[in-house]
Order: sequence, then structure tokens, then C-alpha cells
Amino acid sequence: MLTITDLHASCDGKEILRGIDLQINAGEVHAIMGPNGSGKSTLANVLAGRERYQVTRGAVIYRDADLLQMSPEERARAGVFLAFQYPVEIPGVSNIYLLKAALNAVRKSRGEPELDAMDFLALVKDRLQLVAMKEELLYRSVNESFSGGEKKRNEILQMAVLTPHLAILDETDSGLDIDALQVVASGVNALRSPDRAFLLITHYQRLLDYVVPDVVHVLVGGQIVKSGDRSLALELERQGYVGVAQPSTSV
Amino acid sequence: MNNPTPDTTTRYLNVMRTRNSAAREATWLRALRQSAVERFAETGFPMLQEEDWKYTDVRPIERAAFMPLPQDAALPAVPTAGQFRLDGLSGPRVVFIDGRFSASLSAVGPLPEGATVTTLADALNSQPQVLEAHLGRYLPADGHGFAALNTALLADGAFIHLGAGTRLEQPIHVLYLTTAGAALLLPRNLIIAERDSEVTIIEHYAAVGDMAYFTNSLTEIFAGDNSTVEHYRVQEENRAAFHVSGVHVQINRSSRVISHALDLGGRLVRNDLRAVLADTGGECHLNGLYFAADRQHIDNHTHIDHAQPHCTSREFYRGVLSGRGRAVFRGRIVVRPDAQKSDARQVNNNLLLSRDAEADSQPQLEIYADDVMCSHGATVGQLDEDALFYLRTRALGDAEARDLLTYAFAREVLDRVRLAPLRVRVEHRLAAALRERGALHEVHP
Repeated sequence: MLTITDLHASCDGKEILRGIDLQINAGEVHAIMGPNGSGKSTLANVLAGRERYQVTRGAVIYRDADLLQMSPEERARAGVFLAFQYPVEIPGVSNIYLLKAALNAVRKSRGEPELDAMDFLALVKDRLQLVAMKEELLYRSVNESFSGGEKKRNEILQMAVLTPHLAILDETDSGLDIDALQVVASGVNALRSPDRAFLLITHYQRLLDYVVPDVVHVLVGGQIVKSGDRSLALELERQGYVGVAQPSTSV
Repeated sequence: MNNPTPDTTTRYLNVMRTRNSAAREATWLRALRQSAVERFAETGFPMLQEEDWKYTDVRPIERAAFMPLPQDAALPAVPTAGQFRLDGLSGPRVVFIDGRFSASLSAVGPLPEGATVTTLADALNSQPQVLEAHLGRYLPADGHGFAALNTALLADGAFIHLGAGTRLEQPIHVLYLTTAGAALLLPRNLIIAERDSEVTIIEHYAAVGDMAYFTNSLTEIFAGDNSTVEHYRVQEENRAAFHVSGVHVQINRSSRVISHALDLGGRLVRNDLRAVLADTGGECHLNGLYFAADRQHIDNHTHIDHAQPHCTSREFYRGVLSGRGRAVFRGRIVVRPDAQKSDARQVNNNLLLSRDAEADSQPQLEIYADDVMCSHGATVGQLDEDALFYLRTRALGDAEARDLLTYAFAREVLDRVRLAPLRVRVEHRLAAALRERGALHEVHP
């Protein structure tokens, strides 16, 4: 699904990712954990195509295509989804309008016809239940005056409607109370499938109590310093990043 | 140069004097015109050195020396006039072609008792006492030369009178359609809403053809006690046109005036909107939306005078600028010493879609009372890059995302436009403006 090789990226001339290697296969759930400033969000943004970050070395192959050559919208249409750490408020654009425009853009690129209004609404209402979100929020401006939990649910709702191949969740768990966290986790679990992969970026292992990852990576100083199974996350919880990871010096 | 061409001010003064010496008119009207002639002789055209005109250079208007059209020629046929109807609105329609009333294109229809919808020329004959009591009464004595030019030569326009307690449900559509080049047009409108009355008026300016001309309009609105007046000024002149407008409003006790200024066309546009909250409990809502595409210049000067206590004003103007579009906003709010409990809020936001677009926004609050609530906010900015990226990660193309955010920006003003046919028309104009070359693809990286 996704192969990252020796990925280096910088922002405003400062190198943040310093040689990432990562292989994610269809059906897998990978978690990336790391302290603040380790480059977790940079990795998510680089994968989604944020122009603010410059890739200075390395390659990212997504489903046999060079991901780095694609615009953000091309990536989205090809099935890459980023759930934002800080979902953006967009006054004047209704949530339902965005969902429909996004879904139709994805369907169009897959050669599928646009959904009619009835089918679309039925689909959205079905997915709303998955994230236990109030229907009323569909008709409000995107994320505008949503609570923190509502914003994160809204991200999962979009993911559930768009059904991506690769979903990257950038600290979707941060700032959530335990109920909202469970809702988000059950949304992710419901979408787990053999032809879909997840990359969960998280600061705490709490989310991993509910979404059990296949592989856990520890990111420190822009490099993956350790990978392992789920027990690595528990080890991090006990010992902290310093105890688990000895960051290697980059060349 | 033995015989230099007289300058435009002189030529206009000659036109005024010739006209006034020939006209047989009531004394009050002669006096009104005469003081306007004197004012125009004194001020001439505004100059860049004047504080109120420092961003808007009207010398192109002066150089072009547009002249009034002869009033006796036959009116041109306008087969495309139907395009300027607002489908879905069935109220009275008053149409002027090249500044002159067109009986064939107008349709006033049955009106409730107490309502009059006619032309100013007709009203000057049929109800001179009403005109004497109102015409020219709501203009400041120190108005600029364009206002004086209009008053000195006023000939026709819409006259709308609502007697006490009269309510007109359907909006009145007043259309000024220009077909003639090099013309000076001086529409003059008078709207009188007596106490407890209610009316909605759409003042609409447009052109057939792409010739240059100059519309210099003036509208006075009297909102009597406990009345409601909703006024739309829809300016979609052609892109060679000059447009200067004045709207002067007097808001009396517990009356409510809602103004929508929609500026979509014109090459050089200047609007002065002045609202006086003349008695307690008055309310004024000023909404504005302007699109300045490449080489368009749109200047809105608004002035809200809280002259009496316990009045409310809300002002919300937004502009979208593309290409080398230019906008000026100056929002003056004056709260007089006795106007305690005044509540005034003003917001002006400008969205720049291109590197070469420019907006100057100046709130100007003068508060002489101490127990008031006043706030203002002015912004000039580009599309939000975070929002743009967010939409693109949701599979929307870059151009589509920019259009969507631009619509969303304008929609917050458009949502206040209660008349759906008008809202749809403005949305179409915005879409056309966005499609123009230079609007979308010169955007900041």
C-alpha cells in the first residue's frame, strides 16, 4: 500500500524528517508514537501533500504511484485521507455540501457516477450513526463552533463517507474525553478491512487500547528509532521515550 | 491657444444656467437648484487632495465631460430589457431608459390605498406640496460637487410615497438602463415612508452595450415614525461606466431602515451612503457587497449619524477583489453628545484574490457620548491557506476550493438579501467574475 524510503523533509529550511523508512501493507494498522517535535505531524502533512513542507530526499510509493508527484486533491481522489489534528473551520460552507462535493470528486476519479441526493443522504445518515454525531451538525458550516470532540467525529465521518484506502489520523485522540475516544476508535474499527490501511499518529498509547495496531513505531528526532508490536506501546507508557529509544545520530 | 475649450465645471455651469433661465418652476425648486448651482460653482469636481477623495481619482470623469442627453428625442427600443427583470418578483416596475421614463417597459399595477409609485417629474406636477416638504431636505449643506450637479439639473427619477400605515408587500423595482454613450445621467429618487408604513425598493443600474457614460444618482429616503424601509441599490453598470451615487436617509422614531449596497459593475464607482438616526429607537442596517475585478475601482463611503439616544446601527460590508481590482471603504460613525445608549457595530472585510488587487479600509468612529456600545473591525486578506489545504485533502481541486471559499465569503452578506431572485442574480455575477481571467490563477501561492 505505502512504501516510504529514506524520507527527508524540512519546513522553513529546518530539517524535521531525517530519513524515514516505513512499509504499510493493505489491511494493516500502524501506530506512530513520539514526543512533541519528533516529526509526527510533519510526516502526516507530507503524506497529504502540504506545500509548506519540502521533501529534500527519499521516495514515497503509494499503490505503485509516486505519491510525492501528486497534488493534495489527486492524493485524496486516489484514496489517501488525512484526519486533521486541528480540523479547520470554514464559515459559509455547509458540512453536508463539503461531504457531497468530496464524495463526488472521489467517485468521479474512480469513474463512478455522482450519487443522487436521496442515496447520498441515506449514506451520510448511515455513517452518522457510526460516529454518534448529531444530524444537525451536517447543516452547519464546516467545523464552525463545533466542540473539540465534534470536530474529531466530523473527521471520522468524512473518512467513513469517503472510504479511503489509506487513512492517516493525526493525533485524532488528543483532547478527547474517554467517550469521544471510544466513538472515534469504534469508527476506525468499523472501517478496518483487508484492503484498507491505517496510520495512527498519537502521543499517548491510550487510543491503542481501543484500536489495536499491528505495528508500533517510535519516532524521535525525525527518525523511526524502534518498531515492534503492540507491546512496544505499553513499554513506552511505562518507561517513556527516553527509556525506550536511543535516537541514532543522523549522517 | 486663443480659444481654449472651457473646463468641464464651466461647461456644466453653463448648462445649468441655460436650463434655469428657460425653466418655469416653483420658487422653492428654483431656490433649491440655485443653491446647488452655487455649491457646484464653489466646489467643482472633488480633488485627490480632499480627505474624502484621496483614494478615488475622478479626473477621468472630468476629462470625459459627459453631457446630458436631449430630452426630446424618441426613446430607443431596448429588445434586451427583459434580461434586467428580476424573475419571480411581481411588484411595481418603473423603468428609465437613458434617464427617461419608459411607459412601455414600466408596469406599476394596482397599489394599496395610500401608496404612490410614479416618476419624480410627474410628482412635481401632481403633488408639489409633498415634494417641497421633502425634496433636498435630507442632504447635507456641505455635500460634494456631484450631489450639487444632480440637484442643479434634476429632471426625473422614481417617486415613492407610502401614506401612514400603508404596507406594500411586493418590492418596487426601479431600473435605470443606459444605452447611450458619452451620456451624463442624473437619476433622482425620493422615497417617503410615512409613519407605520412598510416598503421595499430595488434601485437597479445597468447598461446595454459597452460604451462609456456617467451615472450620477441621488436618492433621499424619509423613514417616518415606526416605519420599515428596505432599500437595495444594485449596481451592475458596464465596465466602461462611471457611477457616483448618493443615498441619504433620515430615520425617525422607532423606524427601521435596511440598506443593501450591491456593487457588481462599473469602471470607477463611488457611493456615499449617509444615514441619520434622527429620533430615539431608530435602527439602521447597512449591508454591502462589492466585486472589483480587473481595473475596477469601487469606493464606498458610509456615514451613520447617531444624533439621538437609544438607536442601533449595524454595518456589514464585504468585498471580493481580483486582477487589478481596487476597493475603498470608509465607514464613519458619529455618536453625538446626547446620543446615550447608542449601539453601533461595523465590520468590513476584503478578500484579495490576486497579488495586484488592493483594498483600503478605514473605520472612523467619532464618539461624543459616554454611555454607548461601539465596535468596528476591518480586514484585508487572502483566502485562508489552511482552509484551502483542508478542502484539497477532501478531493476538491484547487480552483474549485478557491471558488468555494470565495462564495462562502460573499454568502455571509448575501444571506441577508431576503429577495431570492436578487440573491441568485448576484451569485451568477460572482461566478462570472470568478471565471474571468486573472481572478483565479494569479492567486498567492
